[in-house]
Amino acid sequence: MSEDTKKEIKGKERYKAGVLKYAQMGYWDGDYEPKDTDVLALFRITPQEGVDPIEAAAAVAGESSTATWTVVWTDRLTAAENYRAKAYKVEPVPGQEGQYFCYVAYDLILFEEGSIANLTASIIGNVFSFKPLKAARLEDMRFPVAYVKTFAGPPTGLVVERERLDKFGKPLLGATTKPKLGLSGKNYGRVVYEGLKGGLDFMKDDENINSQPFMHWRDRFLYCMEAVNKASAESGEIKGHYLNITAGTMEEMYARAEFAKQLGSVIVMVDLIIGWTAIQSISKWCRDNNMILHMHRAGHGTYTRQKNHGISFRVIAKWLRLAGVDHLHTGTAVGKLEGDPLTVQGYYNVCREPFNEVDLPRGLFFEQDWADTKKVMPVASGGIHAGQMHQLLSLFGDDVVLQFGGGTIGHPMGIQAGATANRVALEAMVLARNEGRDIKNEGPEILREAAKWCKPLEAALDTWGNITFNYTSTDTSDYVVSETPLA
Amino acid sequence: MRITQGCFSFLPDLDDVQITAQIEYCLGREWAIGIEYTDDPHPRNTYWDMWGHPMFDLHDAKGVMMELDDCRKAHGDKYIRINAFDSTRGFETVMMSFIVNRPAEEPKIHMQRTDFVDRAQKYAWDVRK
Amino acid sequence: MTTETSEESKELPTSVDLAAEYEASGVAEVLRELDEELIGLEPVKQRIRETAALLLVDRARKSMGLSHETPTLHMSFSGNPGTGKTTVALKMAGLLHRLGYVRKGHLVSVTRDDLVGQYIGHTAPKTKEVLKKAMGGVLFIDEAYYLYKPDNERDYGQEAIEILLQVMENNRDDLVVIMAGYADKMDKFFSANPGFRSRIAHHIEFPDYSDEELLRIAEQMLDGQNYHLDEAARAAMKEYISLRRQQPHFANARSIRNALDRARLRQANRLFTSARGPLDAEQLSAIGEEDIRASRVFQGGLDVDRPMHTGEQK
Repeated sequence: MSEDTKKEIKGKERYKAGVLKYAQMGYWDGDYEPKDTDVLALFRITPQEGVDPIEAAAAVAGESSTATWTVVWTDRLTAAENYRAKAYKVEPVPGQEGQYFCYVAYDLILFEEGSIANLTASIIGNVFSFKPLKAARLEDMRFPVAYVKTFAGPPTGLVVERERLDKFGKPLLGATTKPKLGLSGKNYGRVVYEGLKGGLDFMKDDENINSQPFMHWRDRFLYCMEAVNKASAESGEIKGHYLNITAGTMEEMYARAEFAKQLGSVIVMVDLIIGWTAIQSISKWCRDNNMILHMHRAGHGTYTRQKNHGISFRVIAKWLRLAGVDHLHTGTAVGKLEGDPLTVQGYYNVCREPFNEVDLPRGLFFEQDWADTKKVMPVASGGIHAGQMHQLLSLFGDDVVLQFGGGTIGHPMGIQAGATANRVALEAMVLARNEGRDIKNEGPEILREAAKWCKPLEAALDTWGNITFNYTSTDTSDYVVSETPLA
Repeated sequence: MRITQGCFSFLPDLDDVQITAQIEYCLGREWAIGIEYTDDPHPRNTYWDMWGHPMFDLHDAKGVMMELDDCRKAHGDKYIRINAFDSTRGFETVMMSFIVNRPAEEPKIHMQRTDFVDRAQKYAWDVRK
Repeated sequence: MTTETSEESKELPTSVDLAAEYEASGVAEVLRELDEELIGLEPVKQRIRETAALLLVDRARKSMGLSHETPTLHMSFSGNPGTGKTTVALKMAGLLHRLGYVRKGHLVSVTRDDLVGQYIGHTAPKTKEVLKKAMGGVLFIDEAYYLYKPDNERDYGQEAIEILLQVMENNRDDLVVIMAGYADKMDKFFSANPGFRSRIAHHIEFPDYSDEELLRIAEQMLDGQNYHLDEAARAAMKEYISLRRQQPHFANARSIRNALDRARLRQANRLFTSARGPLDAEQLSAIGEEDIRASRVFQGGLDVDRPMHTGEQK
């Protein structure tokens, strides 16, 4: 592409009927200095053969803001310059032939306040199907404080959640009720009771537990709350069960939420697949009703996992913190599901930090000031067990829910024993860490010491001690080589 | 019935050396330490009685242990817990809480069910000695 | 779960290399700092070296199983104001920390007002508050004798004294108390309070500085702020010192610091009013004779010294 086709054409020539390059239409400005009030986006693009990366970047900027494929005179009725997104930087992705990072700035006027639906309709509306690109991925975004402040954020936040539960200084423990499908309400509540009685803080519905023929939602809620309250009385602790209120309509979701509230549940749950508007609506309901909102990221793997196309989960996490959820599944790094440790830590930082610094190895490309938006409690769930406690604690710290589903319910001595094993492993590890021991290295030894007096932990270690899911992650940082660690 | 509130209730009761180590951990983070006691371990009993104000600006756990000794002398038959407070913006809350004394015989928490509609229950708890 | 190593059957060492211990413990470093940073004070430095040696040997004896008791480490520092007691107390805290006799090594510096309350029931919590903060370090009580007011039977100071005595006895592993003040008043205080006398093992006397030492201190202080005295100013300062010493409220190094503060003020004022054209670094850092001689001391008047700061120091 010659130099003059990269230059914006101005004046009369710009609005002559016909087709111009996107760069010529003003969607590329290599000298542009993003304003503090701009929304910034970083795309990873793979242009088709022969497409100049700068023109491709300009096209991304154009297609995610005002452009159409040809010149329209109606632009001249507007302050068009303000509405055009600007691609302002393009650089090759290290070690990835044919891929480019392109940075785009959007003026604040492009977005409706407090609406993830509007934000996403702009940023990911058209551009991912755009023919000149083989693939595109939204890697990261930066939201100006002015825009952040138009969102209410998490209805509860992790600080208030802890105060409400009266639980401090260590990760919370949970488990997903298994099997996922087929249990009757009465049998299902049994699993919940055993897990909570054994020492867990939370039990959880799975993403596809809604209201199927084998167990209608009302029955499930009644049995689960009986289990929760009974376990509380027997431990002196506040406990909870994430009642999944995901349903076919918003009206039905509200009805289920109201019933959960009536029964005294501290928490309800929805799946990511309900969509952004539904998430923001239920978040508002939770805020109005003092309810913790648990978000299961069902479906995200369809667009977050592959590195060359889709949306990074860190962007989804940012949108969800703005939209307002209290719990968010963010990966385990050591369990059965996708996620390299540094990349996963990046998601945790997005959820929990008041301010994200640029951190390329963790995939954070922009500074992000959260302007006192409440913090989201990350949830680590999927194929983790008590034998990994030291790794989980050193990777994620205290503010996380560790969910051991199979690792609780599949315990050879029973569900209560499984829960107790996890609780003892956790408390022993936190105690040792606070005493200054190097848990990363001494972890297995610390667990074995505790297993000497705790039979359930001994059985857990004997059963799963050697299980690891040591596969290479697909979504890794482009800036360091990292591997899923060995247990 | 063993009340399992706090950080370490599933472990054997901590001895003074272990308690000291945990307090040192808190002081190392510049958290203030408060001592609280109660004979009512109801899950919703948020406000235990304070054994004096939270202690600020301590360098060494011994200062807390002296107060804990005094508190045990006065309330050895009750629950006593150590709370650590962080004043950092964005937290400004309790960062750690653990039980350091229990009554010789712990009470039971009784659960009361009341029907209110269809099969739904209202649940209430009360602590019984 | 317990954290102690399971067996206590460590072999006791059969010999000890004191010189190596001296360097490795960091004691050598503290003593070197003491020598370099503090002018004069030879008898004090000697006493501290002796104390360090005693503690080092004691530690070695403990490691070989020859002694088990924690030695009494409470001290009294007696001497006139401005003779370096607080500075030495800070060094002492560092020394005791490196030798493992206090866990944290901070210094909490207080006077009567921090310990003694105004009404019934006020003193014990106040004293305890201070003690809790001092745990793991050194509690420095300046002008300790004001705790004791024999002419007032109802004085709350007595309550503070009793708590202090108890802690000095029972918490010898947890903190070291240094009581400081004028020599004569300290003597009287100790004879009226045998409890303290018996619990204090180390008495260190701080002599007044000589004129020559005070002049060196003055130059060291100025040097630390990138100032210096020119020749004539140096002579004036020497004269100032001997005149000031004969006046009331003379406070050794503290009087010197105050005099220099005022001299810098005068220098600034002089430069401001008299300077024509730009000033170079030399002009900005030289204290001149007139900046010293303008002091009231040369007219037989009195320079007023400010009271010392109290509070916690690290």
